[in-house]
Amino acid sequence: MLLEVKNLRTEFKLKRGTVRAVDDVSFTIDKGEILAIVGESGSGKSVTSLSLMGLIQKPGGVAGGEILFKSQDLTKLSQKELQEIRGNKISMIFQEPMTSLNPVWRIKDQIMENIMTHMKMSKKEALARTVEMLDTVGIPSPAERANDYPHQMSGGMRQRVMTAMALSCEPDLLIADEPTTALDVTIQAQILELLYQMREKFNMAVLLITHDLGVVYEAADRVIVMYCGKIVEEADVKTLFEHPQHPYTVGLLQSIPQIDNESDEHLFMIKGMVPNPLHMPPGCSFSDRCDRCMERCTKEMPELQEINGHKVRCFLYDKAEEGELSAK
Amino acid sequence: MLKYIFKRILMLIPVLIGVSIIVFLIMRVFSPDPAPIVLGQHATQEAVEVWRQANGLNDPIYLQYFHYITGALTGDLGTSYYTKMPVTKEIFARFPATIELALVAIMLASFFGILIGVISAVKKNSIFDNAGMFIALIGVSMPIFWLGILLIIFFSGTLHWLPSSGRIDPLLQPLDITGFYLIDSLMTNNMDGFKDAFRHLVLPASALAMYSMAIIARMTRSSMLETLQQDFIRTARAKGISEGRVIIRHALRNGLIPIVTVIGLQLGSLLGGAVLTETVFSWPGIGAYTVACILKSDFPVVQGVVLLIASIFVLVNLIVDVFYAFLDPRIKYSKKEV
Repeated sequence: MLLEVKNLRTEFKLKRGTVRAVDDVSFTIDKGEILAIVGESGSGKSVTSLSLMGLIQKPGGVAGGEILFKSQDLTKLSQKELQEIRGNKISMIFQEPMTSLNPVWRIKDQIMENIMTHMKMSKKEALARTVEMLDTVGIPSPAERANDYPHQMSGGMRQRVMTAMALSCEPDLLIADEPTTALDVTIQAQILELLYQMREKFNMAVLLITHDLGVVYEAADRVIVMYCGKIVEEADVKTLFEHPQHPYTVGLLQSIPQIDNESDEHLFMIKGMVPNPLHMPPGCSFSDRCDRCMERCTKEMPELQEINGHKVRCFLYDKAEEGELSAK
Repeated sequence: MLKYIFKRILMLIPVLIGVSIIVFLIMRVFSPDPAPIVLGQHATQEAVEVWRQANGLNDPIYLQYFHYITGALTGDLGTSYYTKMPVTKEIFARFPATIELALVAIMLASFFGILIGVISAVKKNSIFDNAGMFIALIGVSMPIFWLGILLIIFFSGTLHWLPSSGRIDPLLQPLDITGFYLIDSLMTNNMDGFKDAFRHLVLPASALAMYSMAIIARMTRSSMLETLQQDFIRTARAKGISEGRVIIRHALRNGLIPIVTVIGLQLGSLLGGAVLTETVFSWPGIGAYTVACILKSDFPVVQGVVLLIASIFVLVNLIVDVFYAFLDPRIKYSKKEV
């Protein structure tokens, strides 16, 4: 077990009240595994990833739970100790390659900074490693491009640079927060392919944060679906796509446009909107949007229950029914 | 880049012509006739006429300007009505004092301004932020002569730590090489002179720096607050580098452009002579001298000084613009953009 998150809670203390952006989230990632977290904007997926990195900025903070990375609880570490892990054992690439690189530094300096922070290397060695990493992520003529500034590169190239930087210290875990969202579809595929190759090459685990189910299907081994800061479903990718259980997951999958669907039906939409985090509905947070909402759902929050490795948080599937999960 | 600089220097010419015309007209339209002031209240009408004729003040105004500007182009800015000394000499006798004061003040202002601004931005809404911005508020609102007088009363009067006026003890005055006493005294190995010149600088430079420091601190704070929100700051933190490095090398480095702009503008105006500061501290600089000359209708001196200050202001701004390209690689002064 590389990473084990137990009952993670991250809260933002605002003037109008406390927002619990991540609520009682638990999951594990094995070595070399690609775990995807899917959810809408505001579902808490990005906050989860930033919590792992210890990068939640005030007024937010991790309010409870454990983050066990190689059996070491990251929530108990000081910023200084976390700095030794960040960019080294756990690194991260972000959604916006256009703005995530420092515009006034040459890209080699940005990558070298990462390397020299964590590895005992001379400038010369660090530069050689930088060029090597740029080559690994598929930047043509890396030695010359290393001297470029970010604005001289395209979005896809910048995301490759970000990846090179994140991988430069050979992390055990790469957190990719919407790495393909801001890119063209063709470039998206290239970046996903790159992540896949890098996973193989460095045998690292990847936590892939995305709202794009297509990306999940292509890349992930296992999927977590988040809604309003809570995990609502977790399964391996095949099971989730073939037998989704939670009404929210079912809705998400139905909202994917099908190119071979020749009927004139309108694209499915989940009705309503994500509730205001300061005014959550009592009971299940999805209850006011759910087609199969029962009376009980508006009163109490269902627990996340596991049956044969498939976890779901919904009263439709009660543990009372033994064995197979089946809809009532 | 060189081409850009050259073009900008060429653009100086129309600016300076404009400035020279305006100041020339202002002096002649709004200033009292210099003749009675020079010759005294009881001068006869004939004497006044003779003096006016001799100084070309009876010529048509365009001819006066023509004489003035052709002289200026050859480096002759005329002679002072009072001292009968060439204006260039008068200026260069006083200008180093102003530059020395302005440079020390801007260094103080930049250092403390950026320091306060960065701390305020990083510790936003904390007691440090409030204290820093309170100091800045005092800095922008406190009249400089009042601050100067307070400094003199306290550090000079009560504590007897620092001298209250002048540039240096006349006995320690160094050989005039550059006109900058700090440099001259070092060059002549006159350590006592250096110390004394420095002690004389502390109070006026502090008083003068206060306003600029406040402006720089405010600009630094707002620029840093904006930069700290940027995505690349999060990336820098994700690299595991220290927070100090994130703030200085990533955030401040990116937020510098507006800060440098403000520093440039402040330096430009400080070099124009800090009239109030120079008056309060009896600093023998150009500002107080120019004001005296304006009151005495010493046309050639005022015209010369204004022309010089305008040139310096434009040049400082040019330097700031050129500096942008070093601060931000996205700024390129290529042919197309000029």
